[in-house]
Amino acid sequence: MTHTDKTPFILLGALVVLLALGPFLPKWLFLLTMSLGKGLVVLGLVVLLRTGLVSFGQGLYYCVGAYAVGSLSQFASVKNALLLLLAGTVVAAILATILGFLLANYRGIFFAMLTLAFSMIVYGLLVKTSALGSTDGFNVAPASLLGKVISGQGNQYPMFALACIVAFVAAVLTNSYLWTALGQLSSAIRDNEIRVEYMGASVRSAIHTKYVLAGALAGLGGAVTALTIGHIDPEMAYWTTSGEFVFVAILGGTGSVIAPFLGAIIFEFIRTYAYQYSPNTWQLVLGTAMLLVIIFLPAGLWSVFARLRRRA
Amino acid sequence: MNEFLAVLVDGLIYSSWLFVIALGLTLIYGVMKILNMAHGSFYALGAYAAASMVGYWLNHGHAAMASYGVLVVAAVLVGLIAGPLVERGLRFMYGRDEMVLLLVTYALFLILEDVIKLIWGVNPYFVSEPYGLLGTLDFAGLTYPYYNLILIGVAVLAGGAVTLVLQYTRQGKLLLAVIHDREVSVAMGINVSRFYLVTFTIGTALAAIGGAVTAPTVSVVPGMGVEVIVLAFAVVVIGGLGSLQGAALGALIVGLVRSAAVHYLPQVELFCIYTVMALVLIFRPKGLFAAADVRKI
Repeated sequence: MTHTDKTPFILLGALVVLLALGPFLPKWLFLLTMSLGKGLVVLGLVVLLRTGLVSFGQGLYYCVGAYAVGSLSQFASVKNALLLLLAGTVVAAILATILGFLLANYRGIFFAMLTLAFSMIVYGLLVKTSALGSTDGFNVAPASLLGKVISGQGNQYPMFALACIVAFVAAVLTNSYLWTALGQLSSAIRDNEIRVEYMGASVRSAIHTKYVLAGALAGLGGAVTALTIGHIDPEMAYWTTSGEFVFVAILGGTGSVIAPFLGAIIFEFIRTYAYQYSPNTWQLVLGTAMLLVIIFLPAGLWSVFARLRRRA
Repeated sequence: MNEFLAVLVDGLIYSSWLFVIALGLTLIYGVMKILNMAHGSFYALGAYAAASMVGYWLNHGHAAMASYGVLVVAAVLVGLIAGPLVERGLRFMYGRDEMVLLLVTYALFLILEDVIKLIWGVNPYFVSEPYGLLGTLDFAGLTYPYYNLILIGVAVLAGGAVTLVLQYTRQGKLLLAVIHDREVSVAMGINVSRFYLVTFTIGTALAAIGGAVTAPTVSVVPGMGVEVIVLAFAVVVIGGLGSLQGAALGALIVGLVRSAAVHYLPQVELFCIYTVMALVLIFRPKGLFAAADVRKI
C-alpha cells in the first residue's frame, strides 16, 4: 500500500499547540489533563473496537493502574512520576496478559459480560479492603520529576505537559502498531474470523495482543488520572466508569488514534458544563448525544473530519 | 443449623427478587436479541411509580390493605407506558448488531436516569406501610416479615405464568416460533412486530414489578437502577441468555451465594457474585442453559 500516514504529524502539531497554549488556559488545564488520561483508556478501547470487541470492563485496568501508582507512592514512597506511570502501565499489562488467555476465546456480548464481571470483582475486592481505604480510597501524594514536584496543588501545567507528552508517545506508538500487518488484522477479524485463520494468522493470539495493549493503555490512563486528581477510589473499577469509556469511544469513533482524545475532550467539556448548568439533566444530554451519534454518525465524530478532508 | 436455615430463607427471598427482574431481561433477549441495559431504569421507574402512587393512596385515607393492588397497578402502568414507547423507538435499530443495540439501550439508560429525576426530583421517597402491614412470621427461632415471604410467591407466580403461556397457549407457541426463526415466522404470516411489542411491554412490566415490590422495603432514591442492572446481567449470563430455566437457576445461585456470604463472610459479598459469574462463563462460555450455536462461515 502506498499510503503516507499523516497522523504522527498531526499529533505532533497538536502536541506543540497544546503545550504552547497550556499556560494561557489555567482554568481548563485540569479538565484537559483529565481528558488526556481518559483518552488513553479510550485509545486502548478503540484498538479492541476495531476488532469488533466491546469491553465493558476497561475500568478494571484504569483502576489497577491508578492503585499501582497510589500504593507505590503511599507504601514504597516512590515519587518519580515517570516510574509511577510506568508501574501503572506494567501492572495493568501483566493483569491483562493473564486475563487475556481466557478472554481471547470470547466474542460479542460474552466478551463484554466477562470483562464486566472481572472489573466488578476488583471493585468488590477494593470496596472491602480497609488497607486501601475501602470505598473512600486514598490520596496520592504529589509526584516529582528531575527533582521538581510536578503534580498536586499549583502544579497543573507541569502535569498537563507530562500528560500531553505521554499521550503523544502512546498515540504515535499505537498508530504505528495499527499500520503493521498484525494491527491491520483487526478489521479482518471483525469481518470474518474463520477466513483469517485459513490465511494462516492466529485470531486468538492477535486478540490477546490487542487486549494486552488495551489493558496497558488503560493502566497508563489510570496512572495519569491518579497523579492529576491526587485521589483514587474503587469507583474507578465500577461498571459505570467502563460504560463512560465505551461512550467516549463511540462518540469519537475508531477512525484514527486522534479520535479518542478528541472524544474525551468533548465528553469532559459536555459533562462539566452540562453538570454545572443543570445537574439533573447532564446524563440526559449525554444519552441523547450518544443516540444521535449512533444513528447519524455510526463512525463517530471523527468521520466528520475525515469526510471534510476527503472533500478538500 | 439455625444460621443455615437463615441463609437458605434469606437466599430464597433475594433470589425471588432477582428472578422477577431477570425474567424480563431474559425474555426480551430471547425474543428480540436485545440485551436491554435500560432494564435497570424500568426497575427504578416501577419503584418510583409505586412509591408515589401508594403514598397518594394512603394519604387520601384509602384502605391500607389495598395498597398491594396499587403496587401492582403502578408496575403494570409503567410497563404499558414505557414499554411500547421505548420499543417503538428501538424499532429503527432492529437488525443491527447485538453490540450496537446494547449501546443504544445504554444511551436509553442514561436518558431514563435523568427522566426519573425530572419527574420525581432527587429527594428520596419512603412508603414502608405495605411492608409492616402484614406482620411477621416466627419460625424456628427466626423472624421474617410476611411481606418478604410473599416475594417468593410473586416470583413463582411470574415464572409459572410465563412458562404456562409459552408452553400451552397458541400465542405462546407462535412466540416460540418467532424466537426460533424470525424470518420464517414472518413468511408464515406471524405478526412479528406485534410479538416484539408485547414481549417488550411484558419484560418492562416485570422489571417494574421488581421495582414496585422493592419500593416499600427501601428508600427510593435516584440511581437505584444502576446496581440492579449488573446484578440482573450476572443472573441471566450465569443461566444462559434467553433461557427461562436459566434465569431461575441463575437467580437461585446468585441469591444463595450472596446470602451465604452475608452471613458467614460479609467481606466478600459483592466480590463473590461476580466471581460466580466469571467462573460460570469460564467453564460454560454461554451460560448453564445456553443452546449450541451454529457456526457460520
